[in-house]
Amino acid sequence: MRTVRSTVWTLLAMAVITLGIAALAASTIASRWNTFSVVRRLTFDPTSMSLRGLLFSQLIIGVLGVLVMSAEYGTGTIRATLAAEPRRARVLIAKSAVFFVLAAVVGEVLAFGGFLIGQSLLTSPVPHATLTQPGVLRAVTGGGLVIAVLGLFALGLATIIRHSAGAITAYVGVLLVVPIILQTLPSSFSQPILKFMPFTISNAMTSVASQGSSAFSPWVGFAILVGYAIVSLAIGGWLLATRDA
Amino acid sequence: MIDVRGVTKRFKDNVAVDDLNFEVPTGVVTGFLGPNGSGKSTTMRIIMGLDHADQGEAVINGTPYSKLAQPLREVGALLEAKAIHPGRTAFNHLWFLAQSNGIPRRRVHDVIELVGLDQVANRRVGKFSLGMGQRLGIAAALLGDPGTLLFDEPINGLDPEGILWVRNLLKGLASEGRTVFVSSHLMSEMALTADHLVVIGRGRLISTGSVGDFIATNAGQYVRVRTPRPDELEGLLEAQGAQIRREGDGSLSVSNLSAEQIGITSGNAGIFLYELSPQSASLEDAFMEMTRDSVEYHGHRLDGATATTNGK
Ligand SMILES: Nc1ncnc2c1ncn2[C@@H]1O[C@H](COP(=O)(O)OP(=O)(O)OP(=O)(O)O)[C@@H](O)[C@H]1O
Ligand SMILES: [Mg+2]
Repeated sequence: MRTVRSTVWTLLAMAVITLGIAALAASTIASRWNTFSVVRRLTFDPTSMSLRGLLFSQLIIGVLGVLVMSAEYGTGTIRATLAAEPRRARVLIAKSAVFFVLAAVVGEVLAFGGFLIGQSLLTSPVPHATLTQPGVLRAVTGGGLVIAVLGLFALGLATIIRHSAGAITAYVGVLLVVPIILQTLPSSFSQPILKFMPFTISNAMTSVASQGSSAFSPWVGFAILVGYAIVSLAIGGWLLATRDA
Repeated sequence: MIDVRGVTKRFKDNVAVDDLNFEVPTGVVTGFLGPNGSGKSTTMRIIMGLDHADQGEAVINGTPYSKLAQPLREVGALLEAKAIHPGRTAFNHLWFLAQSNGIPRRRVHDVIELVGLDQVANRRVGKFSLGMGQRLGIAAALLGDPGTLLFDEPINGLDPEGILWVRNLLKGLASEGRTVFVSSHLMSEMALTADHLVVIGRGRLISTGSVGDFIATNAGQYVRVRTPRPDELEGLLEAQGAQIRREGDGSLSVSNLSAEQIGITSGNAGIFLYELSPQSASLEDAFMEMTRDSVEYHGHRLDGATATTNGK
């Protein structure tokens, strides 16, 4: 992966967009603060605001996670890889481990970067957050971890689907399309499902304030997300071992 | 030694390999021959543990490929040329494979030099020509200095110089005591390169043995005869033990009888001959004859007749 130049460009683009959104959101709020209602001022969560760009990171890390596997299938490199290491489970574990470390580092750098840039642009009278305030460190660290886990989930999907376009579609579908569709439906129906969507889980993680009954608590949601990644990798691993390469 | 034991492989209801049994001996080049779609590549993928056999197994020196701890050090394979990420450089591709099997960096440089890619080692594989891709695949096969080598149509896309180079490379590898298994659909090429042959058609074993035996039994002499009274002559010649094949243009291909004997027989019977010419069947003819019934994809002549008549 590191030998492929496009990966580096993709990561750079991801950093620019994610950090850019944090900067943009913060400066917009700082300039409009005077026009905000009291309620809006009181419920303003500066941490969550500065981590909003992570949604784009989630999209892009998913694409990269998909490409880790599907590029091998698309180019036929998978045969060379499996000839070098016929124990297929090991191949998937090794790729997942390397990608998880990469995604976690990138995720944490962008979460902390976004947070610091965002907070630095929130000047008085706008309140800003610090890492020592309760829940803030969890939101920032958790935001980075969500990136890493979603990346693994995408990698698992690609191992199952084996085609870039199909796997990316499935990933974006779960991440964005399904929540958008659900939101158009009656909340009595959509609420219980929405709670399980990565979008909701990630929002709860990156918010300092509690999301009430509309979301799981941050770490419960995170555990569910880890479950998704494990299930997709387990199914992918089983298929990888039993299918022809 | 490679040992293929009763291997069967189905793709949906298409039987690609059908109860195939053969051995690939050590120290010689073994040619793997068969028409298009006869199952050569599938068999090689099964030997490499890439496809799973439905029945039977293939072992290399007694061990299935998937049980080898550092497989590249024992088996090297060129399966499809250029099945490599186009964004990677040749060096990186080989270095990546080398690392997974504990092969030193020095060796990567050695094989790149051996196949003549040193000028382009740091270029992206996507920019490689077919022949360069083929050379890179050969470099990957040689990387772990393995005792067993599989090449699936290695001369595809190579120029005459490249073909000669591969031929000598294969012979050299075999003479070092390695097991060398090469597929091709060109009998003539295998006659020059291989010592031993495995011939398949429609996934089934047709023949296996030394190239010498193959030539002796198959590349026989025959006499081409044209006459206005072929039926009569055919009966007379057959009575003398000749084997006769009626060709599409109405001529007879007579084997087991010399031109003199045919001339005397027809003269005695008062049958005119328009042509009486001794021919020697090429190995290619022998191969086509042998696999005729098992060719899946026949070419068609422009007049609409099937080029080979008794196939499917
Ligand atoms: N992945 C696959 N899915 C379905 N059918 C396949 C697959 N791979 C091979 N086949 C079928 O199996 C048969 C054998 O194919 P194979 O590629 O092994 O032949 P081959 O002898 O290598 O032919 P060629 O000389 O053209 O390379 C063919 O009928 C082919 O269509
Ligand atoms: Mg083939």
